[in-house]
Amino acid sequence: MTRRVVITGMGVVAPNGVGLSAFETAVRAGESGVRFIQELADRNFACQLGAVPPLEASHLQVLTTLERKTLEASGIIYGLLAAVEAWSNAGLDVPGNEEDPDWESGCIFGSGIAGAEVMRDATYLIDEGRVKRLGSGAVSQVMASGISAYLGGRFGLGNRVSSNASACATGTESLLLAAEHIRSGAATRMICGACDSGGPYAWGGFDAMRVTNRRSNEAPEAASRPLSATAAGFVPGCGAGALVCEELESAIQRGATIHAEVLGGAINSGGQRKGGSMTAANKEGIVRCIRHAVENAGIHPREIDAISGHLTATLFDPIEIEQWSVALERSGSQFPYVNSLKSMVGHCLSASGAIEIIAAILQIKGEWLHGSLNCENLHPKIAECIDPERVPQTFRKHAVRTLAKSSFGFGDVNTCAILRRYDPE
Amino acid sequence: MAPSRPDIIDRLHRIVEPYVEDEEALTSVDEDTNLLEDLSIDSMNLVDIILDVEEEFGIEIDDEAAEQMTTVGSAVDIIASRLAAAD
Repeated sequence: MTRRVVITGMGVVAPNGVGLSAFETAVRAGESGVRFIQELADRNFACQLGAVPPLEASHLQVLTTLERKTLEASGIIYGLLAAVEAWSNAGLDVPGNEEDPDWESGCIFGSGIAGAEVMRDATYLIDEGRVKRLGSGAVSQVMASGISAYLGGRFGLGNRVSSNASACATGTESLLLAAEHIRSGAATRMICGACDSGGPYAWGGFDAMRVTNRRSNEAPEAASRPLSATAAGFVPGCGAGALVCEELESAIQRGATIHAEVLGGAINSGGQRKGGSMTAANKEGIVRCIRHAVENAGIHPREIDAISGHLTATLFDPIEIEQWSVALERSGSQFPYVNSLKSMVGHCLSASGAIEIIAAILQIKGEWLHGSLNCENLHPKIAECIDPERVPQTFRKHAVRTLAKSSFGFGDVNTCAILRRYDPE
Repeated sequence: MAPSRPDIIDRLHRIVEPYVEDEEALTSVDEDTNLLEDLSIDSMNLVDIILDVEEEFGIEIDDEAAEQMTTVGSAVDIIASRLAAAD
């Protein structure tokens, strides 16, 4: 019999709310986390907006004194805070220093660039001939597996501990990799998710590529416009989302609260062929990814009630909607409801999928759909493909049983996860 | 005027504090206290403590001296000698 995988813990550090409760309140109310960022203006960025979690000193209390003193990588700080909340939300303990690690629990937690500011400072010190001043924390804060290394120690994990990276698909990919590992029988539970640092050193490359919105510096909250005819590029963001994935029987035995079930999913690539490139998607890759996810979940495409899209607010949004329609063979008023959390929190890059999955689970649990902001003027190509009513502009009550979440990334990589309200039958 | 030995110990105490998880161990620090064994400081963090000491006292500690800083007393000896050399 196939092992079922459920989500028993969630934690989030998002631009519009730090911690599950603040985040849920903000998402329900449609609060934007996009702000004008002086540091970007000072450095002549064309897009001077960003979405940064409003961290306060009280949030940092869960870190150790040493972590508060030495951690400078904002992505690792976000990741630790989100993961500690998820672990505690799952009702899990942490083994003491002299106890055995938890051999049945592991971690697949990704990032794109978790410590951009650490790399920047280290570069200056090295070029000034002061390499010694890097201290002991430079390696662990800039290495690609930094976040999983911190989490493995924090929770005493004795199973697989690794970090994944697939650009903006990282967060959703981490959930699917964790679920696969549990389903294979190799672990009982995995902490997964993703984090990314923000600020000029993390975002400069995107500004240079002209993929961010450079036309809305005077109106931050209107700048992230997924699905809109006037979408003009994404607003860069940062933060973290963390999930505890667990084998169903273990969750039941522990009496854990089950937030949702991971029915299945798919990860693939368009091979950077037939229109696909480093930055653009091969449409067929997306269609295949969605179809494989539906097949892997063992459901009919009709069963999908809502889609949490990748939908970044670029020219790609209409293409994404079209591929969903092709893959699910649903259009017009038969199309699932679709919204984009990026309209509130910007594009949190590698962390985006993880933060958006948490919003998706909150919607499934609470039976509501969040408003997709700033798309009063739906893109005409989208309006041709689906009934505009399928895009909720504001919060509405709606029972969502099955939800599809997609994230796509540079390198023409695709992910799609199928989540469902937990049903004991 | 060069700082007194108790003053150096006091400032050193404040530097090592964040690196010590066991708060109990910090209550009985004297010159014989071994940084790694008695205070259970992660050996990796010794390089950070040396950087903090250099900054706090405005001195340079070379590798050879750093290796000798195993106890509070030996650390104070090295700090005091570097301060004296700077005078």
